[in-house]
Amino acid sequence: MSDQPRLVVGPFNRVEGDLEVHLDLADGAVAEARVNSPLYRGFERMLEGKDPRDALTITPRICGICSISQSAAAARALGAAMGLEPTPQGAGVAALIHAIENVSDHLFHFNLFFMPDFIRPVYADKPWFDRAVARFTPAEGGAQRAAVAARAELMHILGLMAGKWPHTLAIQPGGVTRAPGPRDKVRIETTLRAFRRYLEEVVFGGSLEAFCAIETVDQLMAWETGDAGLFLRIAADLDLDRLGRGSGRYMSFGAYPLAEGFGFARGLWDGGLGAVDFGAITEDLSHAWMLGAQAHPWQGETRPDEAMREAAYSWCKAPRLAGQTVETGALARQVVDGHPLARALAGGGVLARVAGRLLELARTQSFMEGLAKGIDPGAAFMVQGELPEAGQGAGLVEAARGALGHWLRIEGGKIASYQIIAPTTWNFSPRDADGTPGPLEAALVGAPVGAGETTPVSVQHIVRSFDPCMVCTVH
Amino acid sequence: MKVLWLQAAGCGGCTMSLLCAESPNVFDTLGGAGIEFLWHPTISLETGAEVRAIFEAVEAGEIELDVLAVEGSIARGPRGTGKFQMVSGTGRSMLDWVVSLAPKARHVVAVGTCATYGGVTSTGGNPSDAVGVQYDGAHRGGALAAEFRSGSGLPVINVAGCPTHPGWVTETLLLLNEGALSAEDLDEFGRPLFYAQHLVHHGCSKNEFYEYKASAVELSDIGCMMENLGCIGTQAVGDCNIRPWNGEGSCTSGGYPCINCTAPEFEEPRHAFTETPKIAGIPVGLPTDMPKAWFMALASLSKAATPERIAKNAVADRVEVTPTIRKPKGRR
Repeated sequence: MSDQPRLVVGPFNRVEGDLEVHLDLADGAVAEARVNSPLYRGFERMLEGKDPRDALTITPRICGICSISQSAAAARALGAAMGLEPTPQGAGVAALIHAIENVSDHLFHFNLFFMPDFIRPVYADKPWFDRAVARFTPAEGGAQRAAVAARAELMHILGLMAGKWPHTLAIQPGGVTRAPGPRDKVRIETTLRAFRRYLEEVVFGGSLEAFCAIETVDQLMAWETGDAGLFLRIAADLDLDRLGRGSGRYMSFGAYPLAEGFGFARGLWDGGLGAVDFGAITEDLSHAWMLGAQAHPWQGETRPDEAMREAAYSWCKAPRLAGQTVETGALARQVVDGHPLARALAGGGVLARVAGRLLELARTQSFMEGLAKGIDPGAAFMVQGELPEAGQGAGLVEAARGALGHWLRIEGGKIASYQIIAPTTWNFSPRDADGTPGPLEAALVGAPVGAGETTPVSVQHIVRSFDPCMVCTVH
Repeated sequence: MKVLWLQAAGCGGCTMSLLCAESPNVFDTLGGAGIEFLWHPTISLETGAEVRAIFEAVEAGEIELDVLAVEGSIARGPRGTGKFQMVSGTGRSMLDWVVSLAPKARHVVAVGTCATYGGVTSTGGNPSDAVGVQYDGAHRGGALAAEFRSGSGLPVINVAGCPTHPGWVTETLLLLNEGALSAEDLDEFGRPLFYAQHLVHHGCSKNEFYEYKASAVELSDIGCMMENLGCIGTQAVGDCNIRPWNGEGSCTSGGYPCINCTAPEFEEPRHAFTETPKIAGIPVGLPTDMPKAWFMALASLSKAATPERIAKNAVADRVEVTPTIRKPKGRR
């Protein structure tokens, strides 16, 4: 038995934004968890009354780590309202820009956010401890230094094609603002080759194709090389698959929409594959400091409860799909897309989420290479359209952390309503009116808490395995 | 030099941009000069109780604080309580923490336009009642009073930008570390002059189009974006086109307008960001330090004199007419 029946964990860092976790303990484990997103800014309200095009400037600034995902969702929502699709080549470059951000986020999550927890003194007697310290000590470890350098170089593609990162206006409803020439194409390919070399030498210690060919958890656990191998060794030692297990229900809105289809498929996995019923999405406000009724985002509103009533505990609404929680993110995307390893990991905990992200990192590299090779410098990269005086459109994309939706309604040429559900809104939602906890809250139940631990390390592993983005969550 | 970094009500993008520093990477750029993070939310190992201990030690004066860096604006709502951003685990608002910790610091650095002036967090009716650390828009006095001075005697140093260029942040810290940043090195909005003495227009790849007022009509045209597409690079401070972003980028080279993100109140331009407001067909908001009549006279002259190459390219999405090559005289 722990000597403390209740814990409040915060400031919770190495997640993007603000997070507070309340834990009720019993018998040396978490009995109940409540997850609070303690920052409200009100982006949905800021957008009301503005020129619809301004969403492209304002929504990326919800989040400095998923900025391009927000751009992509806003551009798709505007495009849907305009009846406009990007040109095929414009969609390809937009997908490449977006993939660079997602890959950069996966890289940072692994090296800067997640792995440093294994250098804590509690693990000092582990055989892998010295290696973890050498690789993942903040600002000093070899893996950290290599990751910041590799990411900065990879982002040269964003400098070239998106002007800068974060907060670009390059992605528009009709495509992208800058047409790449032949010289840009070979420069992009060169940067991607350098990034592949980094991934193969440092992160995986082997060919990406070999990692992508892994089909079973046993094969995965036998991968010994690179920092991925170090993680897998730690995961086996600490039994991270059993820690923080998920519901096994996964949703993806479909990543990288191209003329020929999605880069990673759209769908809902619940033991079998089905379609996402977008009409069945609702946001429950019973435990959020928000006023109003449960609603679909087309009818939803964002009115903060300034009294911060006792019955609620977060600024985060609780999105549900047909009344159920779903988990979203890299693992979800790979499960829905049908990769055998991801399917084998489905329902798992910390190991499954982190391995799902590594798998996606490896798979996205070849996807990006294909996009670069497919650039046709003679093509049209953007088409113009007209904004309607009244209309509506949804922009449904996949951010690094999962399904991101923008629901835009235009009246009198201005934004009448703008509702956003971010990936971590799904994953870190509070309880709903039935008392059903959100995916993280459920995953935390049973996490072991050592005597005297004030900031349980098991809780940190589970929370960070989701790669939460709290600034997106409430927005 | 020890830096405590707080993320207030913002997007975290200035940290994400800082981590793009190159030659050398961010850890070597800062660490090599002896600049270390006492705590940084994105980088540091410490979480939860360990962080609370650091905050409390700084507040009690047990740890000397060289720099308090604040990213994100300070939410004062609802009704002045600051409860729209509670610092998790502490039961206290970010507003409360910033007001308490700032006087302990030798320097206070506001990073990004949210922290400096309120920025995007304060747009559209400002739902969270957000302000900058020492400014409320263009007005002095934000979370901290107009008269506030940190231990060094300097006001809050405003590294404005949305986001900030990694060089603006690292070089501000490096200059402070060397004792080489004084009040004279800041402009009237507290921005370091090393980047704020330049305009985004300087070095813009579209300068030849600007010279002839050869204008882009739609986003994706490569002409000058001032006349139609809302670009205010001729008025916006920043060395964005002198030193590149992410290797070789800038907003204008990416094909979209400068929206003046280093300025107070840029978030409320009172027109669509990507459209130039006009009165009787003439763009409002011409370059600030030039008589308007002169500008108009020069503009109409240069428009009339626009070479065909420049006129055609301005409304194309790539160079369609290449420069005329003059063959060298002599030798043959």
